[in-house]
Amino acid sequence: MKEFGSFVKKEFRHIFRDKRTMLIVLIMPIVQIVLFGFAISTEINNARVDIVGDVQDPSVRRIMERIEHNDYLQVMKVYRSVEDIHARFKKGQADVAVCFERNFDERLHKQGMASVRVIGDGSDPNSAQMIVNYVVGVLNDEQNDISLKYVGENETAGMTPTIQYMYNPGVLSSYNFVPGVMGLILMLICSMMTAISIVKEKEFGTMELLLVSPVKPLWIIVSKAIPYLFLSSVNLLTILLLSRFVMDVPIRGSILLLCFVSLIFILASLSLGLLISVISSTQRTALLISGMGLTMPTMIFSGIIFPCESMPVLLQYFSDIIPAKWYIIMVKKIMIEGVGLGYIYNELLILSLMSFVLLAVSIRLFRKRL
Amino acid sequence: MENENVIEVRNLTKKFGHFTAVDHISFEVHKGEIFGFLGANGAGKTTAMKILCGLSRPTSGEGKVNGYDINREQEKIKRNIGYMSQRFSLYPDLKVWENIRLFGGIYGLSSSTIRAKSEAMLRYLQMENLRNELVGRLPLGWKQKLAFSIALIHEPSIVFLDEPTGGVDPETRRMFWEMIYATAEQGTTIFVTTHYMDEAEYCDRVSIMVDGVIADLDSPAALKQRYHATDMDSVFRQLAVKAQRKE
Repeated sequence: MKEFGSFVKKEFRHIFRDKRTMLIVLIMPIVQIVLFGFAISTEINNARVDIVGDVQDPSVRRIMERIEHNDYLQVMKVYRSVEDIHARFKKGQADVAVCFERNFDERLHKQGMASVRVIGDGSDPNSAQMIVNYVVGVLNDEQNDISLKYVGENETAGMTPTIQYMYNPGVLSSYNFVPGVMGLILMLICSMMTAISIVKEKEFGTMELLLVSPVKPLWIIVSKAIPYLFLSSVNLLTILLLSRFVMDVPIRGSILLLCFVSLIFILASLSLGLLISVISSTQRTALLISGMGLTMPTMIFSGIIFPCESMPVLLQYFSDIIPAKWYIIMVKKIMIEGVGLGYIYNELLILSLMSFVLLAVSIRLFRKRL
Repeated sequence: MENENVIEVRNLTKKFGHFTAVDHISFEVHKGEIFGFLGANGAGKTTAMKILCGLSRPTSGEGKVNGYDINREQEKIKRNIGYMSQRFSLYPDLKVWENIRLFGGIYGLSSSTIRAKSEAMLRYLQMENLRNELVGRLPLGWKQKLAFSIALIHEPSIVFLDEPTGGVDPETRRMFWEMIYATAEQGTTIFVTTHYMDEAEYCDRVSIMVDGVIADLDSPAALKQRYHATDMDSVFRQLAVKAQRKE
């Protein structure tokens, strides 16, 4: 155990001595969160609203006025047909369209039911969602006033707003990036850094020096993993603090569960790193494999940038083998939806299985290559 | 006790697929001697040495290192040998004392032992004011001497030196060999590979490997007489010329 302690100490020294790398590792999550965060939380001012409907209709007119009075919204043009909206969106002249059905006022007050459709420009998913929410808020205000009027009477009148996004029906949540960045960072630190630190010893030949020592190979590997486990925990903490207090992303679920899930994912990443270190003989190869083979697919297929739902079916299947995807799904569920273990059972099982298989395979290969 | 053997191998063979890297070699090394293990690149030196160090298992054959079986007691062998090579010696991004501490720790020495040992070592190497220097900043010769001392930190009975003086200037090489002599004097067996034939002259006995077999093994003087040569270089060339294998 004492021998093992000297190893762990040595690994920490390697990391702390290389100040530049350490700084990058510690700053990276902060930069990423802030970058993603500000790229997304652009403030919505004077969102341009197009109206489709009859201006003579009293209810339509009242809602229009409400929209006008909203600080964040501004009515641009009124059209008779939904078809015209496409052109407006394509030219970037409108951000959202509110489409009232024919005879809106009559249906609302005589039949008690009228429908209105809010169409957002999904090509800019995050602001689209916010704008649509503003519009729906205005509609709800109107609905409340109408309901008040009918209090005590038998009759009711209700609007049923339906929301639709053009060009990107999946719509990314603005909370999406925090779980995504978590997955990415942990993956990067654990796999890439571990792989490189092992391959470095292979390249310099110091690995052989360690192998002729009485310390068991498995312990050498474990001692390499521990500092990165520590570093990624620091990163995890930074990300969670930043997203909670700077980005206002809630942590609704259990933090303990979140940490546990992260631990499983870290295990998978460490095993991947070990696997890479076995395959590659130079640091450059290790860097390339983990960059191209891990980071890129993780970014693309784990739903950080593109929602998996809007991918071709074949690619969706492919995305299933990316550990980060399952981790990110779970983090979203725990953080945003606040669900417990029962709701992430399947994903946790898949990720645990992946970690186990990866670990078994990489240790086996590592032993064989000695 | 002059001829007590610390290494004994019989018919040691290592095959990689159809390639026989080491082909039924047998030899022994006496306690306290400086044993030169020569051979061209690809002759099987490194493979044989790896087996003796407990890094790999032989395909067939038997042997004992320090009384421990090379097939079964690799852990015990590792605990009782020192190892140093020119290709890699120490961690360049760690300080001198950190390297000493690390290897002391790896071999399970207590903190107080390590402290005492590193003081003695630094004094002996006249590197007392360099303890906080990064090893990467030391000149190669200093590094090699430090690496050799560190390889001896747990007082192994045998130390394996794999081309320890590669790329080092002649003056440092001479000093390095003085250290080797001093170590052998204290009863530590030295098992050394080298490409410098003048260094082969310094060994008590020399084995020359050609194509996975030991072509000859004797003291430098006896070898020179047998091959009617004035120096070891000539002996080596007469034997190595028979090699069939390419590097």
